[in-house]
Amino acid sequence: MIRIIGRGARDGASLSDNRGGPWGPGGDDDDGAGEGGGPRNPWGQKRRKPARAGGNGEPGPLDEFIRRSRERFGSGLPRDGRPYWLYGLVAFLLLWILFTSVWRIGPQERGVVTTFGYYSRTMAPGIGFSWPWPIGNVRTLNVEEIRPLAIPGSGENLILTGDQNVIDLAYTVRWNIKNPELFLFQMVDPEMTIREVAESAMRAVVARVSLDDAIGAGRADVEQRVERSMQQVLDDYGSGVQIQGVAINQSTPPQSVNEAFLSVSAAQQRAQSSMNQARAYALQKTAAAQGAAAEFEKILAEYRAAPEVTRRRMYYETMEQILQHVDTTIVETPGVTPYLPLPEMPRRAAPPTPSQGAPAR
Amino acid sequence: MIRLLKNPIALALLAILLLILIGSTFAIVPETKQAVIVRFGEPQRILNRYQPGGGFGPGGAGVAARIPFLEQIVWIDKRIQSIAMENQQVLSTDQYRLEVDAFARYRIVDPLQMYKSARTEENVGNQLKPILASALRNELGRRPFAALLSPERGQMMDNIQNALDRVARQYGAEIVDVRIKHADLPTGTPLEAAFERMRTAREQEARSIEADGFKQAQIIRAEADAEATATYARAFNQDPAFYDFYRAMQSYRTSFIAETPTGEQPRGRASIVLSPNNDYLRQFRGSGR
Repeated sequence: MIRIIGRGARDGASLSDNRGGPWGPGGDDDDGAGEGGGPRNPWGQKRRKPARAGGNGEPGPLDEFIRRSRERFGSGLPRDGRPYWLYGLVAFLLLWILFTSVWRIGPQERGVVTTFGYYSRTMAPGIGFSWPWPIGNVRTLNVEEIRPLAIPGSGENLILTGDQNVIDLAYTVRWNIKNPELFLFQMVDPEMTIREVAESAMRAVVARVSLDDAIGAGRADVEQRVERSMQQVLDDYGSGVQIQGVAINQSTPPQSVNEAFLSVSAAQQRAQSSMNQARAYALQKTAAAQGAAAEFEKILAEYRAAPEVTRRRMYYETMEQILQHVDTTIVETPGVTPYLPLPEMPRRAAPPTPSQGAPAR
Repeated sequence: MIRLLKNPIALALLAILLLILIGSTFAIVPETKQAVIVRFGEPQRILNRYQPGGGFGPGGAGVAARIPFLEQIVWIDKRIQSIAMENQQVLSTDQYRLEVDAFARYRIVDPLQMYKSARTEENVGNQLKPILASALRNELGRRPFAALLSPERGQMMDNIQNALDRVARQYGAEIVDVRIKHADLPTGTPLEAAFERMRTAREQEARSIEADGFKQAQIIRAEADAEATATYARAFNQDPAFYDFYRAMQSYRTSFIAETPTGEQPRGRASIVLSPNNDYLRQFRGSGR
């Protein structure tokens, strides 16, 4: 407590008295330093204070502060003591070393260690040490993280297919870092490189498949070929990148021709439905034929048992049924039938057209 | 001297001077850069030069020393760099106009040559760009449009790469790869025409699918009719005479009975005039045989 108050007072004193700045004017300080003798660090002051007061007797507390502040700030290089700034420097250096040479590498990371700029080693996960900066430097990279790269970012991405059609394709490339030092030292802009290689590979592959394959069944094949081709190119660059997969998110005809593509599927539906109708008709027709044939065969079997009787029976039954429903006129003698009193005929014709029908007959 | 050392200001100045001296004498060459040490514009030596297949580590990169203030370091990237060519119009032999984006990847393998011929890295890129464009135009202009969409494309790219590489060597660079990123029909009329062609192709497909459906349907019906006919024939042919009688009976009933089978609506009444000679009236005449 005392020390804190004392320091505040000292600072004030040094500012007011030492016109030459915090280090004091060059002239006096040698004397002050010579007189001081004992340890000047703050930890030593308490012990020294009573001795000094006893020896001198005279000086008041203010003089004491001024003198001590001169001792402290005036002596740049003490002979046997250590000034604050040296401790500060040591502490700073220790902290510096601590913060720039001890590295914690996470389980998904690798640390690429460079010493004087050259690559010295790659740190595995855990605590690692390097030379402090600027001699050594460590760059940590997440090698496990699978990074998605969506192409295109937005909008239509029109690609020509092998049969000179155009499709709109959106896809995602997933990649991670296979080799951290290659990743750091080989390419100027690895992410840009991956994007460009992906676009070029996708176009090269799509240019060799037909439209129907590109938007339909061939998609998985396209994905695999793009993945292989990309990996090949990136390995040739020595980029240290591993392609984990290519996924086509969307593969459609361009917006403006989509209607025509829909009409194809509509036509397929229509064709299918007309075929369904035909099949229904076919079933009906054959079933009816089989039924009629079976009926005929049954009756034929009975008929063969007694042809004459059956024939007559059927004839009479049929005539009976018919003549029940029909107006019958029997004309006795052929040749003497000059006129037919058919009263039923007008009856049948009259109701629809009474005025015209009757006179006509 | 002792006094001077005791003075912190002098000490600090000395330290700063020393740092400047160290800084201008030693330089750290990172793995990603090659360094050409130049004395009064005259290249002296190359540090961390690219070696094909060379790895990383001490020997290339590291601390470099030079004579302070006399020698300068020119930094040259050791990594693979890229130049891009955007929206280049290319005309194929069959008069297809294409819009091509391409990129080339290169690496400076001879820093000395590069420094002599181009001085700065930007210059190399700027020099190579138009050459990439013209190489691409020359190569694509010699081929039909369809070749661009064929396996021949690989050969084309090799030709372009070789042509570009010949020039790049003069700048101490090596072309690693040339690739076409986009090769599209230009927007506007050509693209619309392509869309139109796709549209009509689809319409044609739609119609042919529909027609084929109708054809199939008709065939199915015809087959069913044929099968039904065969079934009838098989059955009725067992006794054609009886069939004639049997069917006649059915037919009379259907024709003369003026009722629909469901009995809803009479279709009209028939009148029959029978001659007494009719077979039905044989017994009626009393002239039994």
